[in-house]
Amino acid sequence: MTPSTDIGPSWDLLADLQLLLQYHFMQNALIVGTIVAVLGGAIGYLIVLRGQSFAAHMLSQVGFPGAAGAVLVHVSPVLGLLVFCVGAALGISVFGTRLGGGGRRESAAVGSILAFSLGLGLLFFRLFSGSAQAIYAFLFGTILGIDDKDVLVALVTAAVCLAALAFMFRPMVFASIDPAVADAKGVPVRLLSVVFLLLVAVTVAETVQIVGTLLIFALMVAPGAAAQRMTSRPYRALGTSVLLAVVVTWAGLAVAYFTGYPVGFFITTFAFAIYLLTRAAPTLARIARPGLTPALGAAR
Amino acid sequence: MIAAAIPPFSPNLVQDLVEILSHDFMRNAFMAGGCIAVAAGLVGYFVVLRNQVFTSDALGHVAFTGGLGGLIIGLPLLPSVFGSTILSALAIGSLGGRERGRDVAIGTVFAWVLGLGVFFLSIYTTLRSGASGVVGVTVLFGSILTLTTSQAAVAAAAGLLTSLALLVICRPLLFAAIDPEVAVTRGVHVRFVTLAFLVLVGATVAEAVQAVGALLIFGLLVTPAAIAQNMTARPYVGLLLAAGLSITFVWFGLVLGFYISYPVSFFVVGLSFAAYVLSTLLTRRRPAAATAT
Repeated sequence: MTPSTDIGPSWDLLADLQLLLQYHFMQNALIVGTIVAVLGGAIGYLIVLRGQSFAAHMLSQVGFPGAAGAVLVHVSPVLGLLVFCVGAALGISVFGTRLGGGGRRESAAVGSILAFSLGLGLLFFRLFSGSAQAIYAFLFGTILGIDDKDVLVALVTAAVCLAALAFMFRPMVFASIDPAVADAKGVPVRLLSVVFLLLVAVTVAETVQIVGTLLIFALMVAPGAAAQRMTSRPYRALGTSVLLAVVVTWAGLAVAYFTGYPVGFFITTFAFAIYLLTRAAPTLARIARPGLTPALGAAR
Repeated sequence: MIAAAIPPFSPNLVQDLVEILSHDFMRNAFMAGGCIAVAAGLVGYFVVLRNQVFTSDALGHVAFTGGLGGLIIGLPLLPSVFGSTILSALAIGSLGGRERGRDVAIGTVFAWVLGLGVFFLSIYTTLRSGASGVVGVTVLFGSILTLTTSQAAVAAAAGLLTSLALLVICRPLLFAAIDPEVAVTRGVHVRFVTLAFLVLVGATVAEAVQAVGALLIFGLLVTPAAIAQNMTARPYVGLLLAAGLSITFVWFGLVLGFYISYPVSFFVVGLSFAAYVLSTLLTRRRPAAATAT
């Protein structure tokens, strides 16, 4: 998969960087990866805050038949992804008002829709007799298939989404933390949740190109979850989440480039490692500084 | 996938059925698919009742990675799928923990597991020069038509065994699902029952991987159960209904796949989804009217 297997990474980081950037597809992958990571990290923080990770998961899988269908009718996969994801987001907000709560009827509905949409994706692939590799590209992402047009699309959608996010970040956090009080204060909670799902849908449609339908969780939810464990202050957590997502993506792309293994694996692994680290951090701190434990124990 | 020598669908249904069952691979598929479907319907009923849809999804991801990991170290597909799902089911069960924040943890862990599966897939395809990526697609989307007779027998036996085990723990499980606290005071070993149930979910997922694949498990596990719970509130009727619906979808899916050469898993999932939408539309008015009065 790697075009230059004979040139491995060295300790000369500058030379490595030059190696990394010598191919056009890699430049594109890094640009789109960065854009997607910034967007995914920002949206991901809010997804975790609002407890909507299952909805994000669902939107990403619904994108799979969208992409496959778009290939079938000879339009850009990104277009198919956008249409299907946005459609599903609207569908969730119309039908599943209590989706975030995770009621059993709702999760059964989500599960059924998921299975059907993946089955539909499979059918579309068979219809245009796509190879196994083509399926994997959509399911698990690829760094090879991003052309200049995709970069432009990613840039524009990310700019629009981030602007929308910046505009409504404050009311959104308010509505996420205490919907009842936010509602009483005149925050349009219902409208915000619809707009938020739309933003998630667009982000998912963009992110799928790098990490694929099935691994999107790692790039959208893991940095947000890790950031929330590190700080409880919204703006700082948002920044941390974005930073983590970008670092994870860059590291994943670089390692995938030099080893030739799928980029999705490395991105998920790094994201998961960071998440684990933040979970284990309190325990580690207690082991490192045992003097602190009695006080903590007394406080509890 | 199917040879061209198959006669087209005729209005004489008995003759069609004889024709379908005259093929070895179809007999195998009917036998294995039927038993797997019964197990999935029964176990799925409790998955929906206990609201563990997300967990079963996660186990599906594990099945993918476990299966491919086993292939790399030279184990056959089926035992490695079974082993990995059952071990993870035990791990999830013993982790316990509170409900809140759990879906983020499970989701993150299993996104990584799936990532690992991709890694294994790419190792596997480079390791065996002859092997294409088809194995991965097989695990992800199922391959019921390619089962050999012995594989089908194993799958059928596993399905029946799972169904039996579920029926044995059915009563305490129902009690524990509906009111865990009262169940504990009445002497039900809720922790044990829960763990046993998760192991059964793991086994069912591993079986269902053969029928519909790791990604489409919901269509067999959750959808029939969701339909059954739409139709009736009585648990035993619901259990029977879920198993019956599940087997119907699989068999009809097989017949459709026999005549139209699209993937069987798509037909199974498509049929069950259509039935789900129908049942939701049909029963939607009733609870609304009940709450209004």
